[in-house]
Amino acid sequence: MISVKNLQKNFEGLQVLRGIDVEINKGDVMCVIGPSGSGKSTFLRCLNLLEKPTGGEIVFDGENLTDKKADLNRHRQKMGMVFQQFNLFPHMSILENLTCGPMMLKKIPRADAEKKALELLARVGLADRAGSYPNQLSGGQKQRVAIVRALCMEPEVMLFDEPTSALDPEMVGEVLDVMKDLAANGMTMVVVTHEMGFAREVSNRVLFLDDGVIAEEGTPDAVFNHPQSERLQSFLAKVL
Amino acid sequence: MEQWLNKLYETFIETGYYNMMIDGLKNTVIITLGALLIGVIIGTVIAVTKYFAEDVPALRPFAWLCDLYITVIRGIPVVVLLLIFFFVILTSAEGVTVAILTFGINSGAYMAELIRSGINAVDNGQMEAGRSLGMSKMQAMRKIVLPQAIRYILPAIGNELIALLKETSVAGYVAVVDLTRAGNLVRNNTYDAVNPLLVVALVYLALVVLLTWLMRVLERRLSRNDKR
Repeated sequence: MISVKNLQKNFEGLQVLRGIDVEINKGDVMCVIGPSGSGKSTFLRCLNLLEKPTGGEIVFDGENLTDKKADLNRHRQKMGMVFQQFNLFPHMSILENLTCGPMMLKKIPRADAEKKALELLARVGLADRAGSYPNQLSGGQKQRVAIVRALCMEPEVMLFDEPTSALDPEMVGEVLDVMKDLAANGMTMVVVTHEMGFAREVSNRVLFLDDGVIAEEGTPDAVFNHPQSERLQSFLAKVL
Repeated sequence: MEQWLNKLYETFIETGYYNMMIDGLKNTVIITLGALLIGVIIGTVIAVTKYFAEDVPALRPFAWLCDLYITVIRGIPVVVLLLIFFFVILTSAEGVTVAILTFGINSGAYMAELIRSGINAVDNGQMEAGRSLGMSKMQAMRKIVLPQAIRYILPAIGNELIALLKETSVAGYVAVVDLTRAGNLVRNNTYDAVNPLLVVALVYLALVVLLTWLMRVLERRLSRNDKR
């Protein structure tokens, strides 16, 4: 579904990604782990070109996104993204947050967009908050709404950039539950996370990034129970 | 007191000059609102152009033109601008039209910087969230960033509006009968200096108080939903 070829990214001379090759297949739940500064978030943000790669290719649905002529806006509609800081639109109600994308970009009539939004909102247990504004919700609720906002566009793949890192500990579970539910329903997901429990339980592939390269890759069992490289071993020793 | 009221009556009512004062007030309000509209439009276009020019090299020349405009306009007193427009550039236009355009173009230069600071105050994550849904930069700017930017800078726009209202008092230089000019004419014709000036001053004061109150109401309405 997404093939990443020799992906590189420099920030003003600092090389953050030094050539990443990976194939993301339909139905994959891929967790990306690694120490801070290893390039995890940059890697994720390159997938939908929120960060412009300085080298390499991202091929999504057979089209090269790094090509200048690629219609990024159209492709981004098919790649939902969830941010660490939620980034809900504070000047819109929850329902407006959810419907503005589909109405504006897919020309879906208001009634249909709202129906779909309310359905999805109910699925994450927030049906009664449709009329609220983002500042009236807790962090966990905001993040669930942010996930629904991405889902309303009916994406083919969901990208999660440390979705639970800005949450109070007691709210992490409710967000992870929504993500588990998504994974169980066959959504293709790429998740940058520090939640090793989630990575171990839910993902089918784990990428360990260190210093801008994939230092190790495999099933959760292989990565967590039989780490090969010394770097991964020492990382796991610190976080587990 | 009774003497003073009699004097007021003599100066404004008996002579029928109150009509001129009302017309003057109308012109002042028309010029102010027209200029505000033009100023906001010019300011927004410049601010958005400069924002986009940061990563679109093709827009750099336009950004440069915007900077030139801001430099030139801010460097020239508005009365001089007004005279240039009236006597040099728009020689066949009516005074009120010239005044609206001049004050609008002048205000645009200040609005541009103001609106740009508002755009910069909106968290970059908002633009990113819009883009991640598939919005173009322009769509995200219009739907997501600008509405929030306007809220941040509303108090400053209120200040600009008040300054603009008072600036229009020089419109008399190009033969526009605004509030100030109307007062002057009454003074010339009645040889009563105190009352026309007093009335003019009090009307400006009342307008400013009214505007301040309106801006506060608007601000409260816009911030009702997101206190951050």
